[in-house]
Amino acid sequence: MEDGRTLQEQAGPPQREPPVSGEPLVVESLTTEIRRRRGSFAAVDNVSFSVRGSEILGLVGESGCGKTLTALSIMRLLPEAARITSGRVLLGGRDLRGLREADMRGIRGKDVAMVFQEPMTSLDPSFTIGMQLIETIRAHGAGTKREARDRSIEMLENVGIPRAATRLDDYPYQYSGGMRQRVMLALALLLEPAVLIADEPTTALDVTIQAQILDLILQLRDEHGMSVILITHDLGVVHEIADRVAVMYASEIVETATAGEIFRKPQHPYTQGLLRSLPELARRGTPLPVIEGRVPELGALPASCRFGPRCPNRITRCDDEHPTLERANGDRELRCFNPTEFELRLGH
Amino acid sequence: MEIESSAASTQPSSSSGSGTNGSLLQVRGLSKSFPAERGGLLGRPTAWLSAVDDVDLDIAAGETLALVGESGCGKSTLARMIMRLIPATAGTVDFAGLDVLNADRQELLRYRQQAQMIFQDPYGSLDPRMNVDAIIAEGLARQGLNKAKRRSRVRQLLDVVELSADVADRYPHEFSGGQRQRISIARALAVNPTFIVADEPVSALDVSVQSTMLNFLHDLQDRFGLTYLFISHDMSVVRHVADRVAVMYLGKIVETAPVEELFGNPLHPYTQALLSSVPTVSREGPSERIVLEGDVPSAIDPPEACRFTGRCFRVIDSCRAAVPPLEDSAGTSHHHVACFNYEALPRGRSGTQGNHS
Repeated sequence: MEDGRTLQEQAGPPQREPPVSGEPLVVESLTTEIRRRRGSFAAVDNVSFSVRGSEILGLVGESGCGKTLTALSIMRLLPEAARITSGRVLLGGRDLRGLREADMRGIRGKDVAMVFQEPMTSLDPSFTIGMQLIETIRAHGAGTKREARDRSIEMLENVGIPRAATRLDDYPYQYSGGMRQRVMLALALLLEPAVLIADEPTTALDVTIQAQILDLILQLRDEHGMSVILITHDLGVVHEIADRVAVMYASEIVETATAGEIFRKPQHPYTQGLLRSLPELARRGTPLPVIEGRVPELGALPASCRFGPRCPNRITRCDDEHPTLERANGDRELRCFNPTEFELRLGH
Repeated sequence: MEIESSAASTQPSSSSGSGTNGSLLQVRGLSKSFPAERGGLLGRPTAWLSAVDDVDLDIAAGETLALVGESGCGKSTLARMIMRLIPATAGTVDFAGLDVLNADRQELLRYRQQAQMIFQDPYGSLDPRMNVDAIIAEGLARQGLNKAKRRSRVRQLLDVVELSADVADRYPHEFSGGQRQRISIARALAVNPTFIVADEPVSALDVSVQSTMLNFLHDLQDRFGLTYLFISHDMSVVRHVADRVAVMYLGKIVETAPVEELFGNPLHPYTQALLSSVPTVSREGPSERIVLEGDVPSAIDPPEACRFTGRCFRVIDSCRAAVPPLEDSAGTSHHHVACFNYEALPRGRSGTQGNHS
């Protein structure tokens, strides 16, 4: 590989047990490269995680860290310049990478569905909301038009659209931002997928509307046993609804743990730095703690630890070697040679 | 340093302030309506969108007043009227004795030397065809500096915003979001302002960049004695930076209070719901969100009544009959609330929790 990583690294992540039936989605050593003028770079690099049944997994990290591209790789909806170069995406035990596009189309929406940040651009402005819902049902070959219509109304009611039977005939522009995001959820949930990938589903919304959508996601998880990958940069949102959290930095996962562990006892210095810099946790009148330096460019990732140049815990080894993602205590995986204990103190 | 001394000299003393209450900025009855629909033969407006309605606001010299509220509530419109970037429909803005809305050309130029604005999207507010030197020097043009002096002043400003002098020849697209925000701050500081309106200055930035920027804005305030009107929808940022908070809902200010009072004892039902909806990493146990019904309603031809009635969980008959005035709450003259039926939350349920001392 271009950054000259060690053999150990190329051998992949810590050995995992074979996927158990309780894990509807397993991502194994997924690498996705994007083509730039100066070459191809791994924007998703050797990423491994799994989502358990009825689990909400928060995938967090700052812009450009690769979280959206990870989702698009799973969905096989990558932009032209990107392609998966290695790894597996197991959905219910079946590797999606090996499927033909025609088969993949049957899986999208039905087994794994995705909701995007900007609902206006993902809804077709020239068709009514009803046409888009009904088409989705009919494309997967279920029932008559009448049945599809009834099902669509039911689904809109489920996501809290008032007067659903009438609003079915409205166009997307006639819906507010919050309502459009509900429609996107309705669309994604129509076929009751086992896994929902929600990419910043509430980022464009006001907090009072965000609260409604988060409640809705929780409710749907509880009622349908759906698993959710929630992609967001908002640690507050993750803390509110996620069961487990995976933290990404510079194309890699650096730490995975239960939400309780991540928020109370983060071990990776990057996770610690992110949490520490939240204004919510700082004492008023004192400067906010910052992470020194900047995220490295994709084409200029250090061959050693990618967070090393910014890390307060750096030791010599961090400058020489690339750390692998190792299983730590309990349910935690960690990519760090020199983790420290850190108890989050709630200040002000 | 030059910027320091001149900032101090333009700092209004309380005697030169307008007023009776010593505020640097006094807003009274400020309103803005936009035509929402036109009809008839002459295309006269048939419906009006009331974006800002009868707003009173005071900002004391040296303080940070945060204006919070959700998208479309009118906070940016209010800020733009204060800056006289758009005309007001009614009301007055008094800045240290200057009648801003009726100021003539000369007075307006002087006002713009003292009041500056920075925006959420630093990319959109920087001309992509101008290099950094030209962007910052634009603000210096009216100061009658010669070329050499202007150059050295640009360097000095870059130093203030912690950018190296060699970025002067580069263009906006070559910078990260945080750096672009620094460039727009340097441009704003070029005229030695005393008052800065910051419209969502950190909302577009990642968490780790955001904390650096917030520290930086705080340092600038200390160093140059700046007064901030800080517009934000992020309550945890507001809690960290503000001295006082004004909460807006659909064009009206519904509550104002010192920051700890507002977060510790929110009184307006909307403020209570807003604070309880803020996702936090410090709340333990199940959250006790007050989830509001419905959507933010439209501000087109709002009824003569409380604008929150449609979503309010404490609505009574009088709320639908009249507009509740913004008045002192019981027991304090610093906490104002516009509600006929407010009630304090039980202790321990007030908004973003976990970080009280």
